[in-house]
Amino acid sequence: MTIFQTVIGLEVHAQLLTRSKMFCGCATTFGAAPNTQTCPVCQGMPGVLPVVNRRAIEFAVRTALAFDCRINAACRFARKHYYYPDMPKNFQISQYEEPLAEEGHLDIELADGTPRTIGIQRLHLEEDVGKLVHEGTLETAQASLVDFNRAGMPLMETVSKPDIRSPEEASAYLRAFRAVLVYLGVCDGNMEEGSLRCDANVSIRPRGTAELGTKVEIKNLNSFRNVQRALEYEVKRQADALSRGERIVQETRLWDADRGHTRSMRSKEYAHDYRYFPEPDLTPLALDARWIDEIRASLPELPRARRRRFVSQYQLPAYDADQLTQSRALAEYFEAAVTAGASPKATANWTMSELLREIAADDEDAIRRSPVSPANLAGLLRLMDEGTISGKIAKDVFGKMVQTGDTAQAIVEREGLTQVADAGAIRAIVDDVIARNPKAVADFKNGNAKAAGALVGQVMKATQGKANPALANQLVQEKLTKM
Amino acid sequence: MPTALTALTIHELTERYRRGDVKPSDVADAYLSRIERLDGDVGAYLAVTHDRARAAARAADERYRAGRPLGPLDGAPVSIKDVFCTRGVPTTCGSKILEGFVPPYDATVVARLEAAGAVMLGKTNMDEFAMGSSTEHSAYKLTRNPWDLSRVPGGSSGGSAAAVAGELGLAALGTDTGGSIRQPGAFCGVVGLKPTYGRVSRYGVIAFASSLDHPGPLTRDVRDCALVLRAIAGVDPHDATSVDEPVPDYAALLDQGVRGLRLGVPREYFAEGLDPEIERAVRAAIERLRDLGATLEDVSLPTTDYGLAVYYIVAPAEASSNLARYDGVKYGLRAPGGKDLIDMESRTRAAGFGAEVKRRIMLGTYALSAGYYDAYYGRAQKVRTLVKRDFEAAFARVDLLLAPTTPSVAFKHGEKEDPLAMYLNDVYTVGGDLAGLPAISVRCGFSSNGLPIGLQIIGRPFDEARVLRTAYSYEQATDWLARRPELA
Amino acid sequence: MITRQDVEHVARLARLHLSDDEKERMRVQLDAILAYIDKLTALDIEGVEPTSHAVPLLNVMRDDEPAPSMPQGDALANAPDRAGEFFRVPRIIED
Repeated sequence: MTIFQTVIGLEVHAQLLTRSKMFCGCATTFGAAPNTQTCPVCQGMPGVLPVVNRRAIEFAVRTALAFDCRINAACRFARKHYYYPDMPKNFQISQYEEPLAEEGHLDIELADGTPRTIGIQRLHLEEDVGKLVHEGTLETAQASLVDFNRAGMPLMETVSKPDIRSPEEASAYLRAFRAVLVYLGVCDGNMEEGSLRCDANVSIRPRGTAELGTKVEIKNLNSFRNVQRALEYEVKRQADALSRGERIVQETRLWDADRGHTRSMRSKEYAHDYRYFPEPDLTPLALDARWIDEIRASLPELPRARRRRFVSQYQLPAYDADQLTQSRALAEYFEAAVTAGASPKATANWTMSELLREIAADDEDAIRRSPVSPANLAGLLRLMDEGTISGKIAKDVFGKMVQTGDTAQAIVEREGLTQVADAGAIRAIVDDVIARNPKAVADFKNGNAKAAGALVGQVMKATQGKANPALANQLVQEKLTKM
Repeated sequence: MPTALTALTIHELTERYRRGDVKPSDVADAYLSRIERLDGDVGAYLAVTHDRARAAARAADERYRAGRPLGPLDGAPVSIKDVFCTRGVPTTCGSKILEGFVPPYDATVVARLEAAGAVMLGKTNMDEFAMGSSTEHSAYKLTRNPWDLSRVPGGSSGGSAAAVAGELGLAALGTDTGGSIRQPGAFCGVVGLKPTYGRVSRYGVIAFASSLDHPGPLTRDVRDCALVLRAIAGVDPHDATSVDEPVPDYAALLDQGVRGLRLGVPREYFAEGLDPEIERAVRAAIERLRDLGATLEDVSLPTTDYGLAVYYIVAPAEASSNLARYDGVKYGLRAPGGKDLIDMESRTRAAGFGAEVKRRIMLGTYALSAGYYDAYYGRAQKVRTLVKRDFEAAFARVDLLLAPTTPSVAFKHGEKEDPLAMYLNDVYTVGGDLAGLPAISVRCGFSSNGLPIGLQIIGRPFDEARVLRTAYSYEQATDWLARRPELA
Repeated sequence: MITRQDVEHVARLARLHLSDDEKERMRVQLDAILAYIDKLTALDIEGVEPTSHAVPLLNVMRDDEPAPSMPQGDALANAPDRAGEFFRVPRIIED
C-alpha cells in the first residue's frame, strides 16, 4: 500500500479590530440590527469612493512584522470581480500582485513539543462582504435576504506556504496564529462570530515524491476542531480515491460539520475569471520606513517567547506558563502582580484558580478592567504570607475584592478578619471546644487521630476562621495529649 | 428694453443682487418660467427642482437683504448633470437602470455649490453613464442644440451645455472623461473647463471611468467659469485621488494678460479629418493671441494618433467594473420574471442598459478577462505613459497648448450611427483626459451655417489659472459672445 | 477575431443577457473596435511603466474615526425588493 504525505496550506481571514470599516466610517460593532451599519460607500451606491483606513494598514503591518514578513516597498489595492449579492459593488477591493507583505513564518509547537516552522507566503488587506440569510436552506430557498452590515469590514488575509503536514499541525498553526493576532491586539480571534475564518488547500502525494498532488480547497472551517476534522476527512477521502485508482479533481469543497464530510461546490472554471486590475479610486501605498520602525518598536512580546521567559525567569512549570500566556492581558496581569511583590508561583496559582474562575482567559478587556487589580492581588498574597489571614479567609477576601474592587487590606480591616494569633485567646476557645465535645476527645484517646482535626475545625468555626490554623492545631494537640 | 435677466452672467447678476436691483428669487423664477416655456424644444433637463430652487433663492434673498451674501455665487442658478448624486432628487445618469434611484447623499461638488449659495434648477440630460458624444444615448430624451434644433448639443454633458447656451441655465456642472465637457461646450458655444485630475472631487459623481472622470463647469463666459471652479475645487477627504493643492482666486488672476506666455501649437491636432472652417477659426484665434503678446511655437505630440485607442481600452475596462453594481439588488431597476438570481441580474442589466453601454461593458470585460489583460489593459496603460510623456516634453518648452476642441461642428441627430465614427469626435480631447491636464474650450467663431466653433487651451497640471487667464484675454479681445441663439 | 463563443463567455462574465441578434451585432462591432485598437501594437512599450493615475499620489489614508451610518430606512429605501430589515433577492443557484 502506498504511504501518502499530506500537504496543507491555510488561508486565514481575520477581521481587524478597527473602530470603523476598511474604506468608510461605519462602525464595526458586531451584532447590530440588519442594515443599520451601512452608508452609501459600503452599500456600493452610485458615485461613492473608498478611502483607506490607516489603522487597518497599521494592524496589517504589525502582524506582518510579528511574522517576520517583508513589508513591500509599495503595495496597491486591486479590484476582484465576481457577482454575488452580498458584495455590493460586485467587485471586492483586495490586493493582488502587490500585497502588503510577503515571505514570513510562524513557529509553532506540536502537542508533543516538536517545533515546526510554517512559512507565510503573503499577507494582504481586503474588504469583507455582507451576509446572506436564506429563506430555508441554500438549496431549497426561493429567496435570500441580504444584510450589508458586514460589508466593508476590514479583513486581513494571510496565506501560509504548503508547509503543513498533518491536520494536527493545521490546528496547531491556527491556534498559534490566533494567539499572535490576539496578542497584537489586531483581532479578537472569535471564530464563532466569524472574526477569524479559515480555508485550507490540501493535497496528498506518495511519500518521497517532490511533485505536489492535485489540490482541493476546503471552505467553512470555522473552529479549531473543524479544521482538524475536515482535514482528516479530506485526507482520507483523497487517499481512498487514489488507492482505488481514481484521480483527484481540482475543486472547491465545503465542509459540512453536521454531516462530518466535505462536498463539492461544483463551480465552473469561468466563474474564477476575477479580472483584477489596480483600484483606480485609491492611491498606491509606499509606507514610510519610520512608521514601520515605530510599529516594530511597539510590538509586544509574542506568546511563544513569553511562555519561555515565564519558565526561565519565574521558574514556573510549563503548564502554568502555558495557561498564563493564553492571552496578552492575562500574561500582563500576572507580571504586574509579580512586579508588585508577590511570589511568582503563588501569583500563578491564584491567577489560574481564582481570577480565571471570574473572567475568561481570552476576555482581554475584562482582565484589564478586573476589579481585582494585579497590585491588589499582590496585596492579598502579602497578607497571607505575613500570616495576617489564612488561605481560607484569603479566598473569601478575594471574592469580596471582586465584588467591591477594594484592597484586601481594607476588607480585612473593615470586616475584622485579621487572624487571631494570640495563644491566650485561642487557648480559651480550645478549652471550651474540648469541654463541649467529649465524644471527639474519647475518639482521639481511642487512637482516632482524625478526631483532633474535627476539634481544630470547631475552633476555626468558633473564631469564624480567624484563628491562626497552625496555632489552633498546636494548642488542640497540646491539650489532648495532656488529658 | 432692459437686458433680460437670463442674458446676464453670474458676475453681472451678483453685482445687481448686491445693489438690490434684482433679487435671486426673481432670477430663479425667470429661469424656471423660461425652462417651462422652452425646454420642451431643447430637452436640456431630466428633472427641474422647482421647490428646492425657490427655497434656495429665497434664502439667498434674505442674505442679500441682510447684507451678508455668502460670496460670488450666492443666488446664482446652476444646472447639474444627472451624473451627480443629489440628496432626495432622483438621479438616473441617463440610464433606465437607475430609474427611481433617489440618492441619500449629495456629491461633494453639489454640496459645495449649495454651500456657496448657488440655486440648483434641475438635473440635465446626458448620454447614458456619460458614454457618448451627442446625448443621443440618453435613455430618456433627446437634447437639441439651441443653435440648431436639428443638431446634437454634443455629449455626454449635452444637457448642461444646451441649458447654458439656450439660457435655460446660467452655469452648469458636467463631467469630462474623453471630452464630455469641452466637446458639448464647443458644439453649444459655451465655456467648458475640464480641470486637472484631482483638482475637483469625484465623490458623488457616478463613475464611468474612474481614472479619467473629471467634473468641471460649463458657463457663459470665462469669468463665471473661474468663479464656479474656485467654489468646487480643492481636496476632499471622501476622494482619495483629490489633490491637496491650494485653490487660487482664479477670477482675481484673469486680468494678467498673455504677454510673454509661450503657446504651443501641436501639429498633430491640425491633421487630416479637421473641418477646414474649424482650422481657419482656430488658427485665427491663435494669431489673435500672438497679437496680444504671446509667442507661438510649433510642437509635436507624436502619440496623438494612439490616444483614442488607449481611451477605448481604459475607459470601457474601468466602466465594466464600475457598472457591475447595477444588478437589481440594491437600487434602481429590477427586471421582472427572473427565475433565479443570475437570471434576474442578467435580465435587469439587459433591460436597463442601452446599446452603447452594453458595448462598452462587453469591450471592457473582454479587455480585462483572463489571457487578454496584458495585451489590452496592460498595454494601454503603458501607452498612456507615452501620451503623458509627450505632453511633459511639450510643456518643457511652452506654457500652454492651443488646438481645436473638435474636428467638426455639431452634427445632426442620427448622423453618426457607427460607434467608431462617433468615437472619433473625441480625437482632440482624449489626450487631456489621459494625461489629466486642465483644458478649456471657448468660442472662437462660427461655421458658415452658424454653428459655434471651440478653441481648446490645454495647460500644465494644476495650472488652471493660466488656462483661464489666456481664455479670458482672448474672450475680451473678441466679440463672439455677442451672438446668441434664437429660441422661439 | 472575436468569435460567437467569446461574446457569450464575456456576456456571462458581465451578467448581460443578449439576444442572438445582439450577440452577432456585438461580435461585429467589438471586432471592428478591437481592430482599431490593434494599432497600439505598433508602439514599442518595452520597459515603459504603466500609468494608472494621471496625477501620481501616494499614501492617501483616513483616520480610524467612526462616522454615523444611515438609518435603516434610508439604507433600504431604494431596494427593488425587501423583506423586513433585509434586501430580498431571488433564489441563488450557483452558476
